[in-house]
Amino acid sequence: MSRFEYAPAPESRAIVDIKSSYGLFINGAFTEATDGKPFKTVSPASEEVLAEVSEAGPADVDRAVKAARKAYDKVWGPMPGRDRAKYLYRIARLIQERSRELAVLESLDNGKPIRESRDVDLPLVAAHFFYYAGWADKLEYAGAGENPQPLGVAAQVIPWNFPLMMLAWKIAPALAAGNTVVLKPAETTPLTALAFAEICQQADLPPGVVNIITGAGRTGQALVEHEGVDKVAFTGSTAVGRAIAKSVAGTDKKVTLELGGKAANIVFEDAPIDQTVEGIVNGIFFNQGHVCCAGSRLLVQESVYDEVLARLKRRMGTLRVGDPLDKNTDIGAINSAEQLARIRELSQVGEDEGSERWSPECELPTQGFWFPPTVFTGVSQAHRIAREEIFGPVLSVLTFRTPQEAVEKANNTPFGLSAGVWTDKGSRILWMANQLRAGVVWANTFNRFDPTSPFGGYKESGYGREGGRHGLEAYLAH
Amino acid sequence: MTTTDTGVDSLADVTSSEDRLRRFLLGLPGVDQVGAEARAATLGTRSIKTTAKAYALDLAIQMIDLTTLEGQDTPGKVRALCAKAKRPDPADPTAPQVAAVCVYPDLVATAKFELKGTGINVASVATAFPSGRSSLAIKIQDTKDAVAAGADEVDMVIDRGAFLSGRYGLVFDEIAAIREAAGDAHLKVILETGELVTYDNVRRASWLAMLAGADFIKTSTGKVSPAATLPVTLVMLEAVRDYHEATGLHIGVKPAGGIRTAKDAIKYLVTVNETAGPDWLDPELFRFGASSLLNDLLMQRTKLATGNYPGPDYFTLD
Repeated sequence: MSRFEYAPAPESRAIVDIKSSYGLFINGAFTEATDGKPFKTVSPASEEVLAEVSEAGPADVDRAVKAARKAYDKVWGPMPGRDRAKYLYRIARLIQERSRELAVLESLDNGKPIRESRDVDLPLVAAHFFYYAGWADKLEYAGAGENPQPLGVAAQVIPWNFPLMMLAWKIAPALAAGNTVVLKPAETTPLTALAFAEICQQADLPPGVVNIITGAGRTGQALVEHEGVDKVAFTGSTAVGRAIAKSVAGTDKKVTLELGGKAANIVFEDAPIDQTVEGIVNGIFFNQGHVCCAGSRLLVQESVYDEVLARLKRRMGTLRVGDPLDKNTDIGAINSAEQLARIRELSQVGEDEGSERWSPECELPTQGFWFPPTVFTGVSQAHRIAREEIFGPVLSVLTFRTPQEAVEKANNTPFGLSAGVWTDKGSRILWMANQLRAGVVWANTFNRFDPTSPFGGYKESGYGREGGRHGLEAYLAH
Repeated sequence: MTTTDTGVDSLADVTSSEDRLRRFLLGLPGVDQVGAEARAATLGTRSIKTTAKAYALDLAIQMIDLTTLEGQDTPGKVRALCAKAKRPDPADPTAPQVAAVCVYPDLVATAKFELKGTGINVASVATAFPSGRSSLAIKIQDTKDAVAAGADEVDMVIDRGAFLSGRYGLVFDEIAAIREAAGDAHLKVILETGELVTYDNVRRASWLAMLAGADFIKTSTGKVSPAATLPVTLVMLEAVRDYHEATGLHIGVKPAGGIRTAKDAIKYLVTVNETAGPDWLDPELFRFGASSLLNDLLMQRTKLATGNYPGPDYFTLD
């Protein structure tokens, strides 16, 4: 009997309408950049140029911040919360209506599989707007004092790994709290943010409340350093986060930083084994491992090490790597040549340091940026691949003998964004959660997100929280 | 756990006393309900199109145990079902035959006569189906009657009451006794997962049945709701996969009841493919206990070949 080979099942691109070039979205309209050079955004799966995007220079940043200030002073700041809520609900519904289009666009520009953009990213994006829409008229009950006030203009800089979701995490709470925003998407993934600008127009959002400016690091720097900004929110690398913290030091800007991670995913011998293997896979291979809270350090109790590894490898053999728009793809393309180079470099370091590297057999496309799902075994705490964030589909496996040792190893990192615990013992889950210095501890699951749940880091993973009631506080003065 | 270095010998050891059997079953790794259901849901999102769909539809037809298990069954009804089993789509002789026809013991002879020389098996439920609430002697006799009448396959039910009260030895002994009474007939052991409720129980019952000599483990009688579900079938497929790793033996899986559409059937085949593996994509190792499913498979098959949906009246009732 022949094998069950899944035929290609590509999601249609026809639903998206990508323009050949995009301006900057300032004060409710797309405008030409005045002092930057345009740049190209490509599909990482094929290296095809998708569109040309404007680079915002200092004068453009200034225009955007001024538009946001004016909208804050005249319209959005004074507007009653229930009216702000109406706009947010409207945006949430428009996102749902256009979710298929946005999912395809996200997969094209970012390289993530359509299964994830469709089933994870977009539902969470809409949920975030719905959730914070509900808060807009209830701010006095958010635990931020009796009469909490917005901060003013928020400068928001987001990464390329979850372009639209990070946008939602930033914009929804800011607007609900009464702030206006200038947001800069990552230079490799600007398209869904620009589509969101269209949604703001569709929703009749007053001009200047949301401004989207595109560009790379220089644009971001100009934005966060602009003196008209009251609040800086950044998600991205620890190095850039540190630079931002320095640049705002001595000003009265409020800052939240959501930075890197090197999360421990801790497997005890009594773990529900098959679901644990799924959780390990989801922890590190979800979104090609381009996840700041990825479970990139697997800590397995020695007594079940062989079995967990055998099952993990078998499961990895069924992962389907390829065309992000194919509905059956599990792992898509690496977002950029630069990121691919970093993953390759650190993987080489892993080999050089003596860890054993393993990937299932999988054919990678010849065009585009690709890296196979990879496991390193025989890794110790001292190895670079156990300490540095790889931000790719690369898992480092370590072992432990006792719960205490698991905690020590898990906490022995400069980061502290997330952790996972796999065990059937409820009491141990609670004990571990108390011991682990990480902003999120998942029990018998991993990479689960919900707008009601706060998210953020300890130590070099940043400060401030996004999501939930805590996420509002980052945008309120009290 | 059993998979990595536990061979056939040590597995024989676990059934040497009720105490050991109990410890073994309770020592199996737990199943996290949320995780298992999430995994099944993800597998259900696979998009099976064109050539893959054609393959899956034909395979699903060949895996059907075409079933009638009603108080109102008559020889006439069974004859009609057999005719359908032999030639599911009167308009299209290329449509494959089903795997088996499944009936009550008293109608086995009728089915056997109708299916002579076709290669289609006759399966009979037995052991005081569906509740199993009878003495062992009667269950054995029920089985022997079915086999004597020509049943190629026997679908027995386990004693769920005994299982839920922790009398694993009793359940084991009963399966072993029916195994013996069934002789050369293929033994399918119905766990009635809708009454076992938890996935931990499903995993334990699966291992118990396999250790006691089941050729197949089957979800449901079809008389209890919920009948087959995708996550339950996933857990059972994990069990047969692990049992194969431990012993080298292939045990089949049969979800039964509640699978009515081709779309659902394809989700099950995807789950088989990505859990137990391609070996199980074979009527010898995977079956659907179903009746109305067949017509939807035939309709989708015609749609795929011609581009049009024929109306339901173009497919036969039984």
